[in-house]
Amino acid sequence: MTQYVLSLWEPVGPPPPPELLEPVMVEVGRIDQDMRDEGVWVFAAGLHGPGSSTVLRSDGDEVLTVDGPYVEAKEHLGGFSVVVVEDVDAVLEWGRRLTRATGLPIEVRPVRHGGR
Amino acid sequence: MLAGPDDVADVYRREYGRAVSVLARSLRDLDAAEEAVQEAFAEAARTWPVTGLPPSPAGWVLTTARRRAVDRLRREGTRGVREHRAVLEGLVGGAVTASAEEVVMSGLPVDEHLPDDRLRLVFTACHPALALPSRVALTLRLLGGLTTAEIAHAFGVPEATTAQRIVRAKAKIRDAGIPYRVPGPAELPDRLAGVLAVVHVVFTEGHTATAGPELGRVDLATEAVRLGRLLARLMPDEPEVLGLLALMLLAESRRPARTDDDGRIVLLADQDRSRWDEALAWEGRTLVRRCLRLGRPGPYQLQAAIAAVHSDAPSADRTDWPQVVALYDHLHALTPTPFVALNRAVAVAEVDGPAAGLALVDAIPLERNHLWHAVRADLLRRLGRDDDAAAAYAAAIERTGNDRERAFLTGRLGALGAARAPRGQA
Repeated sequence: MTQYVLSLWEPVGPPPPPELLEPVMVEVGRIDQDMRDEGVWVFAAGLHGPGSSTVLRSDGDEVLTVDGPYVEAKEHLGGFSVVVVEDVDAVLEWGRRLTRATGLPIEVRPVRHGGR
Repeated sequence: MLAGPDDVADVYRREYGRAVSVLARSLRDLDAAEEAVQEAFAEAARTWPVTGLPPSPAGWVLTTARRRAVDRLRREGTRGVREHRAVLEGLVGGAVTASAEEVVMSGLPVDEHLPDDRLRLVFTACHPALALPSRVALTLRLLGGLTTAEIAHAFGVPEATTAQRIVRAKAKIRDAGIPYRVPGPAELPDRLAGVLAVVHVVFTEGHTATAGPELGRVDLATEAVRLGRLLARLMPDEPEVLGLLALMLLAESRRPARTDDDGRIVLLADQDRSRWDEALAWEGRTLVRRCLRLGRPGPYQLQAAIAAVHSDAPSADRTDWPQVVALYDHLHALTPTPFVALNRAVAVAEVDGPAAGLALVDAIPLERNHLWHAVRADLLRRLGRDDDAAAAYAAAIERTGNDRERAFLTGRLGALGAARAPRGQA
């Protein structure tokens, strides 16, 4: 079994109006529940926007604290799910459901270490 | 029977992929599988000339590769005890007893009963999570046994680039957990399309190279047909698999007539049909009928059916062009790409005349491709619009990287000039 991170890449900017966002959130919630029901769910999080981010940089003995985000881009990491499944085909299937539900690109990466 | 280097090379070509596929399944490591199989063939090259060809060369290779793999596992001892045991169980195909490693070595199975995991290997090497160039390189490497240098040379890319592609693809297979199995029925159509695309890329490059001195690269086309035959044997009920093989066989059947003795291009209409390879053509046409009977038409089957119509025609002017147009209509409905539209326009020009063809071509957004200009040039020439045709030939010449195509188009442009010159002087 391998752990994978499914990252959701959102465009920077105000969220879509509630009438568009709500059905998406309902479907994402359903997928999250299905992950739990199937026993593959490890962790999941939706993040605040990049404006809320703070970056720390080590500089010799000092650590600098600066306003984030680390990379200014048109898209940012909006949220992620961590699942533990048999192989990449299984995680890609969850990713397919997430991208269909949100219309956003989903990036799938295996966890090298730190998982259980 | 004495065995020479050719015999070893022959067995290598036929058996490399199967041996790697079987070893990969038990070792769960493509590099280790390849190393073991390569060591086995190195030993074959040393011993067969002395001992003669073994009764079952494939069985010999498999057994020797397994022995090498076990040797390596023992020597390195890097794996944990439990993993070591699991891998050994895989190699034996059963529970490991005290003498299991000896069991591995016992008995030479006859070829037909040898294990074959090539279908798994195909689906792993052609997984959609890998980039297409990596899939192509990996498939040729693992299933065709081509060296990195051969693959690089065949596609005209630096050897280091190809080597890196293969190394990265293997690393991704390992790290991302790309499975070693044949996809289930639900996934199969999508995944199969990815596999066939790889074989088609290999064949297309072999049939007409994107760059270089010769029209095609026979070795790549041969390799693609070999892979196509393998897939057809492994998946005899998948109509698109049969369709792709039929398409490749029909295209290959025309190879002897596609160029003249000096390697110059001869167009389909001008080809000496007695030079077509009738055995390949017959096999291709038979496969077309067989796959169409399965009643699940797809893009490769339709392209093969079009090739079969050409193959059936005793001469160019007796080609059933309305049938070709009808098949292109069907193909365009399934895969509405500009290239299909361009080929369809060529067929329409044969039925309704060059003006009708040109109207269709002008609406296709392929200005950047040399074929679009070449087709326009020919239609304009047939309409007597020589100046426009000359400009179109020039545009096509500028955009092709294939020397033989460039020579052909330059010849056509020259013929146009010769035809025009007397008029210009009058």
